[in-house]
Amino acid sequence: MRKFDTKVQYLKYKVLREVARRAWSGKLIEEVLDIPKAIVSGNTPTMRCCVYKERAILAERVKLAMGGDKNNPNVIEVIDIACDECPMGGYEVTQSCRGCLAHRCEDVCKRGAISFDRDHVAHIDKSKCVECGQCAKVCPYGAIADFKRPCERSCKIKAIKMSETKAASIDNNKCISCGACVYQCPFGAISDKSFILNVIDDIIKSENNSKYKVYAVVAPSISSQFTYAKLGQVIKGIKELGFYSVVEAALGADMVAFSEAKELAEKGFLTSSCCPAFVQYVKTQFPQLAEHISHNLSPAATISKYIKETDPGSKVIFIGPCTAKKSEFQKPEVKPYIDSVITFEELQALFDSRDIDIMTLEEDVLDNASYYGRIFARSGGLTDAVTQALKEHGITDFDFKPVSCDGIEACRTALLKASKNVLGGNFIEGMACVGGCIGGAGCLTHGEKNKNEVDAYGMEAMEKSIKDAIGILNLT
Amino acid sequence: MKITVCIGSSCHLKGSRQIVEELQYLVAKNNLKEKVELGGTFCMGDCKNGVCVTLDDKKFSLTPETTAEFFEKEVLAKV
Repeated sequence: MRKFDTKVQYLKYKVLREVARRAWSGKLIEEVLDIPKAIVSGNTPTMRCCVYKERAILAERVKLAMGGDKNNPNVIEVIDIACDECPMGGYEVTQSCRGCLAHRCEDVCKRGAISFDRDHVAHIDKSKCVECGQCAKVCPYGAIADFKRPCERSCKIKAIKMSETKAASIDNNKCISCGACVYQCPFGAISDKSFILNVIDDIIKSENNSKYKVYAVVAPSISSQFTYAKLGQVIKGIKELGFYSVVEAALGADMVAFSEAKELAEKGFLTSSCCPAFVQYVKTQFPQLAEHISHNLSPAATISKYIKETDPGSKVIFIGPCTAKKSEFQKPEVKPYIDSVITFEELQALFDSRDIDIMTLEEDVLDNASYYGRIFARSGGLTDAVTQALKEHGITDFDFKPVSCDGIEACRTALLKASKNVLGGNFIEGMACVGGCIGGAGCLTHGEKNKNEVDAYGMEAMEKSIKDAIGILNLT
Repeated sequence: MKITVCIGSSCHLKGSRQIVEELQYLVAKNNLKEKVELGGTFCMGDCKNGVCVTLDDKKFSLTPETTAEFFEKEVLAKV
């Protein structure tokens, strides 16, 4: 049984679990300073130079697990002392260069940045190099390596730079909180703030859902997570934690697809509004296109709004794969509907903080949405759903030309084209994470089979059309 | 009067959509839109006895097949 992709995730999880464990028992304030030592108990360092540094970094992780720096508006934070200050020289010739005759590197370099010394070893002139990477690709010895920092490489929108102290630094004006760097930093030096304490507090104060009810809205990507147990057991586990009921965000996706199709046909050009990182990207980098963002709330916010309308005073917690959702729920237009956001990573920590072994639980059920709502979790799913919704609306005179953008780089390309009126499409499905939500930073696992699991889960939905799924909501 | 139908997962699988549609049809057919308010809620905490439906504060356990009878006895008789 393997719950996480990397040891960094596992470490973060342990901190969250220990913080949560103490929060449930009301001993967090008393014992918070003991947590680093509880995790690194021996005298032999396993991660850093000494156990004291390990514990110092853990103390920072505890802070993040407790909500992080309140003065930093970004939900993504750098743990300065955890940053290993990786070299960041870009492409460099390593000792593996054998000084061959072929000089493929020189031939492929359009900038003339490669020269050779007396031993025929290649050198890169940094004043000419544009970091295209072609030389590294063609070298038969793999002798040219990219010394770009993993965080910077993962940040396709270039929001990460080096600070004066050489630690990574995030430009909050550019950052879209997608969490790519969180998942990619091999030292776990960048992390998302956690709202687990708010969730625990909401559950405890509900007094077994008697004062108010606490609803969990789960993202459809849950179907590719918790692979060691059955989905029904995960749902049961969520209720064991103290949630009153679990509702599919995918039902919100059905609602969004239905209304977005209509909006699209009326306006003629639209971008999706589901992915908060994409929306933030459009607003900051392509403000001239912001008016074309669909006016629908995201699926999570849409279904949460519905829940709050049917049960005023209730609390709604979104559980998903997404760090950007942690930003989204704090925005004024979403704040009234979603009280907190946690990730699948954090859900796993909450289960274990209460020693809930979901594999031993009976299976509960989760079935609110249609196939189309459920496939929003993967790239292309939203487009398929809007295609279907146009059909279900009976809109036949609209020539739907969707552009599915898988990852923020693809989004940028499409937005650039759209800003110059050369897109050749009338609908941009923007997903900041590669693969869609199943590639989200808050996922426990990021596997190749995840897409198939989302589709298979979609097929299991009782309701086969969007109209049928949302039919249940039209109660007035 | 207010009829609330549970639209949580468990009841949904047992046919709450059909019940909602049937009730909507019956309310419209009997011209009761002014008098009967239909609503939904995610879970009434009694999944075993679903589909859960409340009429004002009284709880009923319905199936799509018994909905018409419920409507006649409990709603039509009392409006």
